[in-house]
Amino acid sequence: MPAITPLLIAQLVIIVVVFHALLLAAAAMVWVERRLAAALQQRLGPIRVGWQGLLQPFADVIKLMFKEELRPKAADAILFALAPIISAACAFAAFAVVPFGAKTTFFGLLDEPMKLQVADVNVAVLVIFGIASMSVYGIVLAGWSSNSKYSLIGGLRSSAQMISYELSYGMALVAVLILGNSLSLTEIVNGQAGYWFGFIPKWFIVLQPLGFLIYMTAGIAETNRAPFDFPEAEQELVAGYHTEYSSMSFAMFFLAEYINMVTVSAVATDLFLGGWHGPFLPESLGWIWFLIKVGALLFFYVWMRWTLPRYRYDQLMAFGWKVLLPASVLNLLATAAGVLYFGL
Amino acid sequence: MTLFYLFAAVAVIASLLVIAQRNPIYSVLLLIASFGALSGLYVMLDAPFVAVTQIIVYAGAIMVLFLFVVMLLHAPAEETEHDERVHPLRRPGPMWFGAVLAAALVVELLWALTRAGGGTGAFPAAEVISVRAIGQALFTDYAFQFEVTSILILVAMVGAVILAKREAAKP
Amino acid sequence: MPTLNDYLILSAILFAIGTAGVFVRRNLITILLSIEIMLNAVNLSFVAFGRSLGTADGQIIVFFVMTVAAAEAAVGLAIVIGLFRHRESLNPDTFTSLKW
Repeated sequence: MPAITPLLIAQLVIIVVVFHALLLAAAAMVWVERRLAAALQQRLGPIRVGWQGLLQPFADVIKLMFKEELRPKAADAILFALAPIISAACAFAAFAVVPFGAKTTFFGLLDEPMKLQVADVNVAVLVIFGIASMSVYGIVLAGWSSNSKYSLIGGLRSSAQMISYELSYGMALVAVLILGNSLSLTEIVNGQAGYWFGFIPKWFIVLQPLGFLIYMTAGIAETNRAPFDFPEAEQELVAGYHTEYSSMSFAMFFLAEYINMVTVSAVATDLFLGGWHGPFLPESLGWIWFLIKVGALLFFYVWMRWTLPRYRYDQLMAFGWKVLLPASVLNLLATAAGVLYFGL
Repeated sequence: MTLFYLFAAVAVIASLLVIAQRNPIYSVLLLIASFGALSGLYVMLDAPFVAVTQIIVYAGAIMVLFLFVVMLLHAPAEETEHDERVHPLRRPGPMWFGAVLAAALVVELLWALTRAGGGTGAFPAAEVISVRAIGQALFTDYAFQFEVTSILILVAMVGAVILAKREAAKP
Repeated sequence: MPTLNDYLILSAILFAIGTAGVFVRRNLITILLSIEIMLNAVNLSFVAFGRSLGTADGQIIVFFVMTVAAAEAAVGLAIVIGLFRHRESLNPDTFTSLKW
């Protein structure tokens, strides 16, 4: 039995806090999405359940819990049950290595400062990439095990899209690694502290604007959100890979999608937007800046969904392979050349 | 030590189930579980980069490829011939011989490894080899092999596309 | 603490399992999977030896083995697809005649 030290308790508390924060973030995203969609479409959206409709996500969850859990008779039982578990588990696991605040001693409760990160591995960027690769399985197994045409086509298309955009995702990440000089997310964020000329923050988005755009685009495609959500589009494929799912399994896929969005935004904040560094607040309250930046990126996500039309599948794949991948490779070359020449 | 036995047990049992399963989709998923256990063993061997690369490349890309092919060929319901239901050591011809050979291989390797005087012993206390060191060695000492490997991948990609192409429809 | 021997024994067992799979199974895809098991067993040996010698060479060779395994899996599966299109079967025993 390891000794019960304040550090151990603090680590357990962080795990619990992060887990519940992610669940709350998914619930909040449900509300934000519906209200924002309504505002963009000049209507009201849910305003009746609770003040300003804030209890709407909870009403949705309760409704989903009471629905009957269906399974098609010809569906493969083990895989049908396993697919949403894989999706949700990978979504949560990816956030485990994302740091969201500076080292803090929690107002002196701890002896030495502790990072606000569930697990600090020094290959954190690669771990995120690896878990993103694993989340393909949730979708492809959901499509297959439902034993239905729409699900299979949706599942295969969705997973082909995800693995295609993973390449540009990775290349954009590598360009940031060259600038940040480390694979650990904490060190990359710490490399973005400070200002040039006193007022331009040293965030990597200033040095890597194209990289940021490529990363966000690939991230949107990875999480199967509009305008890249053809495989799960209601109008095109019934509902794609989660056609046959109901009740809590469907909720798991929903949850996984929103938490993947949060993770992509959080990693983008850490890599490009300076993480928890910001003016006017002391370092120990940096997580407030982190939340603001992640919130801004999530707003951008929702805005994209309700503004842009959907890409057709072949247009989507052509864009990923013929435009985004060469752009990310060129970005990488330019970054490497710049670092060599300017000695950053 | 218990962690080593845990990962080793998962790897061995998953691999045994891979070759024993009739349904190829379950085989692929069990192999992914085996890769996960091996990844844990790599972390125990102070090789985090190899561990994560195993997940990204093997479990995340190659196995997805296998899964796609299995799904596209609709190969789940493998026809159960008489041969498949009989124990390997009692099947006719080359299968019996192959199973005996595999058993002989295990015995031989275990004998060679448990003899005294081999290169055994505990690991020297070394620190984790950083990704920076691997990268530097890869791009300086092994640069030629690296470039050759990239040409290999290009050739494989072109070959796979050509081999899997459907013949053009005859007019 | 596990010694080098433990890792080598595990690698030997995995390699033998892969070999048994290649000989015994009559399904092309399972044969390819057994080849992947063998390659992984070899990777484990390399990393274990590299660790016991204290160099990065073991990990670099593993890097190359993984790349070659990926290329081989891609080409192998393309061949399997081509064969399946022709005979509608994944059993290697149906491909016994040289005539296409």
